[in-house]
Amino acid sequence: MSAITRLKYGSPNRFEVLSWYFMRLSGAVLLLIAVMHLLIMHVWYGVDAVDYRFIVGRWASPWIQVYDMALLLFALLHGVNGTRWVIDDYVHSRGWNVALKSLLAVLAIIFFIMGAQVILTFDPSASETAWQSLAAVFAL
Amino acid sequence: MRVTLKLKRFNPEVDEKQHWEEYQIDVEPNDQLLDALNKVKWFHDGTLTYRRSCAHGVCGSDAMVINGRNRLACKVLMKDLGNKVTVEPIRGLPVVKDMVVDMEPFFAKFRAMKPFLINNTPAPDGRERHQTVEDRERFDDTTKCILCACCTTSCPSFWANGEYIGPASIVQIHRFIFDTRDEATKERLEIANDAMGVWRCRTVFNCVEACPREINITKAIGEVKKAILEG
Repeated sequence: MSAITRLKYGSPNRFEVLSWYFMRLSGAVLLLIAVMHLLIMHVWYGVDAVDYRFIVGRWASPWIQVYDMALLLFALLHGVNGTRWVIDDYVHSRGWNVALKSLLAVLAIIFFIMGAQVILTFDPSASETAWQSLAAVFAL
Repeated sequence: MRVTLKLKRFNPEVDEKQHWEEYQIDVEPNDQLLDALNKVKWFHDGTLTYRRSCAHGVCGSDAMVINGRNRLACKVLMKDLGNKVTVEPIRGLPVVKDMVVDMEPFFAKFRAMKPFLINNTPAPDGRERHQTVEDRERFDDTTKCILCACCTTSCPSFWANGEYIGPASIVQIHRFIFDTRDEATKERLEIANDAMGVWRCRTVFNCVEACPREINITKAIGEVKKAILEG
């Protein structure tokens, strides 16, 4: 934690300022859409109503797909950028700093692809059979 | 009134690490903590070491962690501190001896901000650059800084990351970018825009609470961020 005597500071790069501005905007957007998601799914309908068929019905609407994609994008990028800040705050070794941020970027891409794929390419007819066999196993 | 001073001591020639020592002394309720420290040094233990100069909250030499908060020893009265007072050196800078810390990393950051007026255009009347009262008012708050380091050494971002320029340096940037006489706004905003510049501020507000000059530092940092965003 000891202070470092660095003599020169400065960067013409706009990345940090834009990432800061993005955090302000996405924070405001998330406050709205994440809370709405929570209220709709867990209060209005309630956890008991949320099952496979409910989700099938939900994702049949393109509006819900757009909503969930927005939620995925904003939440993921907001969280990843916050984690990047934490790494820059606490990891001072150049090697570890780059390694952790690279890992973070790879994880972000993987999570985004997984999330986007399930929201955008979800096909109830294709997965119905799988659901039925799963239901049979667990006698649902 | 009788008080117990619990002081964090460190003598680099003898000690391996800091340790607490207690002194019981009689003080007047209206004495400053600096008076109490002087009493210890002059009459009990001459090895006690701390910086002091003006003793009136102007020079900024005697910043210490007093009862857990960064304050100037000359700006707090004993009656406001209770019967048991803890005093430690300010945090995040290397301790030299007792309450004396190495301020060089702090001043290096201050110098990196170019804390002087930059204007290569000759003054309009050949003598001075006039400024309206409103123009002067714009950065009045940040002219009050006395470089005591209370803000920077109360900042968790600075404790975690000694490379962060810290609130005191950003206060200096604010003081010059909003000064109509200064011509180096772009250069100053680029300095603030460093990854270890304003972007490490998490708006914790410790700096605002610590500042003995009551500068609204977090607001100033926010204004510098906004100025960078607007280019």
